[in-house]
Formats: sequence, C-alpha cells, structure tokens
Amino acid sequence: MAEESNVSKPGLFEKGGKLGFLHSTADAFETFLRVPGTVTRRGAHIRDAIDLKRVMIIVVLALVPAALFGMWNVGYQTSVATGAGWGFLQMFWFGFLKVLPLYLVSYIVGLAIEFISSQIRNEEVNEGYLVSGMLIPLIVPVDVPLWMLALAVAFAVIIGKELFGGTGMNIWNPALLARAFLFFSYPSKMSGSEVWINLNRGTAVDGFTGATPLSYAFDGADGLSKLDGAGFDFWSLFAGFVPGSVGETSVIAILIGAVILLWTGVASWKIMLSSVAGGLLVGWLGTAFGVTDIPAYYQLVLGGFAFGTVFMATDPVTSAQTETGKWIYGFLVGALTVTVRLFNPGYAEGMMLTILMMNTLAPLIDHCVVSRAVSKRAKRV
Amino acid sequence: MSNTIDLKKGLDIPIKGAAARKVVKTVVPDVAALKPSDFKGLVPRLLVREGDSVLAGSPVMCDKRNPEILITSPVSGTVHQVLRGEKRKLLAVLIKADGKNEAVDFGKRKVAPLTADDVRELLLKSGLWAGLVQRPYGVMADPAVKPKAIFISAFDTAPLAADFDFALGDQAGHVQTGINALAKLTGGGVHVSLNVENYSGSPFHKIEGAALHIIRGRHPAGNVGVQISHISPIKKGETVWTVSLTILAAIGKLFDTGRCDLSRKVAVTGPAAENPAYVEAFPGMPMSAVSEFCKKDCDVRYISGNVLTGENVGADGYLGFFDNQVTLIGEGREKELLGWAKPFRPKLFSTSHCYFSWLTPKKVYDMDTNLHGGPRAFVATKCFADVTPMEIFPIYLIKACLAGDIDKMEQFGIYEVLPEDLALCDYVDPSKNDIQAIISNGIDLMIKEMA
Repeated sequence: MAEESNVSKPGLFEKGGKLGFLHSTADAFETFLRVPGTVTRRGAHIRDAIDLKRVMIIVVLALVPAALFGMWNVGYQTSVATGAGWGFLQMFWFGFLKVLPLYLVSYIVGLAIEFISSQIRNEEVNEGYLVSGMLIPLIVPVDVPLWMLALAVAFAVIIGKELFGGTGMNIWNPALLARAFLFFSYPSKMSGSEVWINLNRGTAVDGFTGATPLSYAFDGADGLSKLDGAGFDFWSLFAGFVPGSVGETSVIAILIGAVILLWTGVASWKIMLSSVAGGLLVGWLGTAFGVTDIPAYYQLVLGGFAFGTVFMATDPVTSAQTETGKWIYGFLVGALTVTVRLFNPGYAEGMMLTILMMNTLAPLIDHCVVSRAVSKRAKRV
Repeated sequence: MSNTIDLKKGLDIPIKGAAARKVVKTVVPDVAALKPSDFKGLVPRLLVREGDSVLAGSPVMCDKRNPEILITSPVSGTVHQVLRGEKRKLLAVLIKADGKNEAVDFGKRKVAPLTADDVRELLLKSGLWAGLVQRPYGVMADPAVKPKAIFISAFDTAPLAADFDFALGDQAGHVQTGINALAKLTGGGVHVSLNVENYSGSPFHKIEGAALHIIRGRHPAGNVGVQISHISPIKKGETVWTVSLTILAAIGKLFDTGRCDLSRKVAVTGPAAENPAYVEAFPGMPMSAVSEFCKKDCDVRYISGNVLTGENVGADGYLGFFDNQVTLIGEGREKELLGWAKPFRPKLFSTSHCYFSWLTPKKVYDMDTNLHGGPRAFVATKCFADVTPMEIFPIYLIKACLAGDIDKMEQFGIYEVLPEDLALCDYVDPSKNDIQAIISNGIDLMIKEMA
C-alpha cells in the first residue's frame, strides 16, 4: 500500500497527465501567480531574489509613462486637427480607446505564439514578450490596421525570435522587427503625412498637414525655419505635443522611463550615453558643414531618437554584450541615426533600421573586443 | 613586502548565521566516511575489507592510475562498511572509530635537511598528498610534476566561511613547517595571500619562506584561483598547485609530530543553525554530530562547505575531506503569491536594484534554498562580470563550455578557473542557470580531450 501512495498520478497539467501537452501554459500561469517552490538542485544553494519576470516588469513599468502620454497625445492631436476642442479627459479617453486595440492585438497574438512555441520546445514560457508586446503599439502610427499589426507581430515573434530558440537567442529586437515588417510591407500606412493622426472620421481644419516634425526638419538645409514655421519649437518637441508614433513623441515621458531603467540597472547607461554622444557629434558636424541648420541637440528630441536610445538599443539580448562593445555599439546607433537623417530626406527616421543594423553588427563588435582581449591575455606575462 | 592587490568586483552575500568565535563541542569520533568523490581525478582502488582494523593514517584507498597516491583513514578503528552505488561505483568507506585515536607513526622530521623526494614520499605515504590540488582543472596533484609555484590563501571570503585566524591561529607553527616542506617541491616558491583587513593582526603575516600577497576585495577575493590570476596567471602548459590552509596545517603537523592528524575546527553556520559556533571535528564526520544545531520545525539542508560551493550531503551525510564548514539552511519550498510583482520583499536580498535591499546594506538575511524563479536562456549577463574579479569574459567562457568548444574554452581562460571561482554567477543569474555545473562539465571535457 505504501508503494502505491508514492506513485501518485500525474496532475491534470503535469507531464503524463490528461492535459499534459499544455504543461508549459499551465506552468506559465502558475508561476505568474506564485513564485515556484523550486529549490536549488545543483550549484549555489542560495539564489538572488531577481528573476527575469522582475527584470521584464521593470521595463514594462518604465514604458508606462510613454504609453500614457501617447494615449493622451493621440486624443490631443485629433482634437487639434479637427478643431474639436476636447478637454484633457476626453483626449485621454479617445486615445485610450484607440491604443487599447493595438495592445490587445499585440499581446494576444504575440503571447499565443510564445506559449505555443514554448509548448513545442517543452520549456517554460519566457517573459520576454511582455516587453516586446508593450513596445510594439508605442512605435506604430495609431491608425495602423489591426490585421496588419497582427501579421507584423506574428512575423516578428516567429521569424525574429522563435526560429532562433526564443527570448535570449534572438538576433534582432523583436519589436523593431515588427515595425520594419510593417514599414516595408505597407509603406502607405507607415509613412507620409496622413497616417499619424486619427481624424475621428471627421475632416481636418484648414491648414492642417499631419506631417511629423521630422519631415520638416530634414527637408533641405533650412529645416529649423521650416520646423518653426510649422509651429514645432524645442519645447513642444521635448514635451511631445507633436504627431508621431504613439509612444515616441514625449522626451519627458521617455526620460522618466530612462531614470527607472538606469536606477534599477536594467538597461546599460553606457549604451544610452554613447548613443546620445554619437547623435550629438554627427548632428554638430552636420551644422558645422552646413548640411542642416538644425542644432545638434534637436536631434535628440526629434522622431524616435530618444525612444530608440532608451528602450530599443539597450535590449540586453540584441545589443553588444561586452562593456567596451556597448560604448561602440551605442555610439554607432546614435551617429548612424543622425547620418541617415541628414542625408536621406526621403525617409528621415533612421532609428529603426540603424538599431536593426547594429543588432546585426553587435556580435561582430563583441567578437573584435573579445579577440583583442584574448590576444592581450595570450601575451601577458 | 608586495603591493596590495585591489579587487573591485565581487559580492559578499549578507546571509545570517555566522559562527561565533568559540568552540562549543568536541565531536567524539563514532563513524567517519572517506568519499572518493572528494578527490577530483581519483580512480579509487580499495585497499581494505570490511572488518579490517585501521589506524589514523592507515591507507584505505589508492589511485588506480597512480597507486602511490594513498587515501588514509582519519581515525583509528575498524572498516565498518563499504558503500557502493550503481555499477559498483565506490561511494564511501565507513570506518567505525574505536575512540582510542591511535595513529600510524611516520616519525618526526626536521624539514631543513630533507630533499624534495623525502617530502614527496612522506606526503604520499601519509595520505596528505591527496590534499594537494593541481591547476588547471583542480585535480589531485601529480607526483611526477614539478609545479610552477604553490599558492595558499590564508583567508576565506565565502559566505559564513570559517575564520582561519581563529580556526588555525594556534597552528601557525605547523603552517610554517608545511610551507617549508612544500617549498621543496617547486621551483617557483610558495605564495601566501592575506586579507588586507586584518593583515597585521593575522597570525600568518609572520610567515617566512613564502611570498606574501595582500588582497583587498569582496568574495571571491579569498579564492586561491582569483589570487593566482592576479599574482601569476596560469598559461597553457603550466601547472600550479594549491593547498588549503587546513591541509597545510596538517602537513606541518605531520612533519612536526609524525602523525597524520586531520582534526580541525569546523564552523557550523547558516540561517537554520541555532547559536552557530565552531566544533572540534575531523573530515568524514557524520552530520548527525551537528544536528543539535538545527533550528526546530525547519526543513533543513545540510551542506558540507559553504552555500555557494558546498555539497548537499543530507542529514545522514558526512563532512568532506577539504571542508571546515557546515552550513545549515532551510529548504525554500514555499510558494510566494505574486512574489516577483511585489514592490517590496523585505525578507529577500538582491544585488539588483530592481528590489530595494540595496538601501539596507547592513542587513543580514535569513536565506533559504528557493530558486526564486525558473530556468531561462541567458538574457542579462553583465551581472556575471560584476562578480568575477578576473581577466576573463565569464559569459563567453560559459558559452564555450556549453558548446564544448575546446579552443574557445582555452582562449577564454578555462585553465584559470574552477567552478568555485564562478560560483557567484550561479547566485546572481536572473535566468537561474547552473553556471558551476556548466564550468565543471567544460573542465571534464578538457581533461578528456587534452589527456
């Protein structure tokens, strides 16, 4: 009898149980609610309280200010464009209703694929998508059709991440990959001056163009006066009262996120700092050689520079892993982004493709850094 | 006098249960176990049978490949039981102590006139040779090798580690004899590292005939491997030996008294230990001898060694040959509701600022063995370098080990590390990988491929 009680039946969701094939999913919900009672088996007997769930939730938290501001700004832009004259809450509520479906699509599609893949790989579900899913709605125009978004999310998660083995194995930032997919597949919904502001089925007031500040700033060498002419001064760019992707406009909201990420040490300050340095340097060279009259510091508040630097370039998986590599990687992200702005007026937003390119090059940078260190090691006495 | 070696990286884990500097008990030998697994590289051949009587210092096992390396009994008595596992693998030899503690007399020797061969022969005969560790790989020292140098760490920075100044302070004379003896086995001299904090107060700072180094830093600054990498890194083809201060004292005692006496002060420590303190004990001591230290109504894990590198031996296990510490710690099987999402978890410590424990740097924590998460792929990897004060890229070394790439492992410094040197990576990893196991597998692969 005693033996029988030892061989207990596997639980409903355990391996061998009736719904055993769903154990990754069941496990994900279980560990989401309760930290598992697993004890150390090998190696160090005690472990730090930190886990990936905590790391990821910090990043999600850091994105909240940008997301909230983005919702308000969606309403604000619509209100201004249509001359509706809404109040604060009305603007926010309008934006909230517009952005919520983006979030639903992003999380439902992304997490479903993530769960299925984990199930296939027989692993625990990784929390990485919590962040990607939070990022994606913030870097698309608010009016992107939901089916396109769903397609882009599926592409990014399957091709960009799961094929490589899931979070931690991917080469490219999944959120940016989703945006790149949209950009190349449906350019009419991702660029130009019609996509950034929802007109609430109404008509725009006279003189409304809907173009982003970036498109004024790099339209010829007199960008600054064009920006001013369109009513975009430094303050409005810094605060984010401008059209653009949902979460990218407010540098203030992004800076709050940056403080959280740096305070907790989740993101690398080296990457952020060197990216800013790279952007400023090339921006300064641009003005010094008369390519543009946009002051270098404007580069930091225009377009997706701040958002990309703080939330995208610092992704620990796809950025450089070595400390020296992080300086080089960050600097190149900033410098190349501004270079694209200066010399490619056709599509001035260089942040997305720059980061994707630097993601691709990050292993090379690391390889060089590590090889140097290895040969130095070999020579030491 | 050499300069201070300043190590910036590292981590002292604030765990509760440091042993008070007093001996509260002398463990009377009842049963002692000799475990072949304590000696890396040993292929054991049994030299005794159940029922044979042995003295302290009588051979019990030898190495099949190098039969002159003997493992000897720590106590006198009779061979009680030979424990075997699957495929008749020798797990342990249990010796029932007779309480007389009679020892084989190897004869007192003055070290000065001895030759290297004399020293080697005596160490081999007494069984203390097995206490010498050879790097790379951390295996038993090969008697045919003349090492580049011999390294000794005179302090231990591991969590709750025994304080050598207290545990071995009265043995400083034996330690000196041991150094004099070992110096004959190497051309490169003996190196002893001391902690900057009590450098002048340490009974070991007057040691002669060895190069003294002063180290400043948090754990793993006391690990001899970390010290070697800053004093004279191991290059390909080089061999160095290390010996723990505990074994060194025993070696000195062997020459001074003619007896192989491995008894030592063992620190009984840990959050689950009531009134943690030292006991006078010997290697192979059963854990039941310290079970009285356990807190009541607590599911306790018995670790021979410290919480980072020790072995979970269980309540009926035995103290390891090299260990001078027992850590008692509660099993953390409790499931914490929404633990990771709570803003504050005041009972837990984290090096990461994602929690707030860094605001209370003086606090010590009642830690348990909970993993605090589930295994994931590597995501955040900077934390490894932050706790590894060596000139290596831990994450690259770890990945080379996982890939089984010999060339890469060599380039990234596999010769310089043992799992214990990267033990803190185990602790800090948010992805909960078992880094020490990965490194250990890598080392095993190196031994196999390079043999």
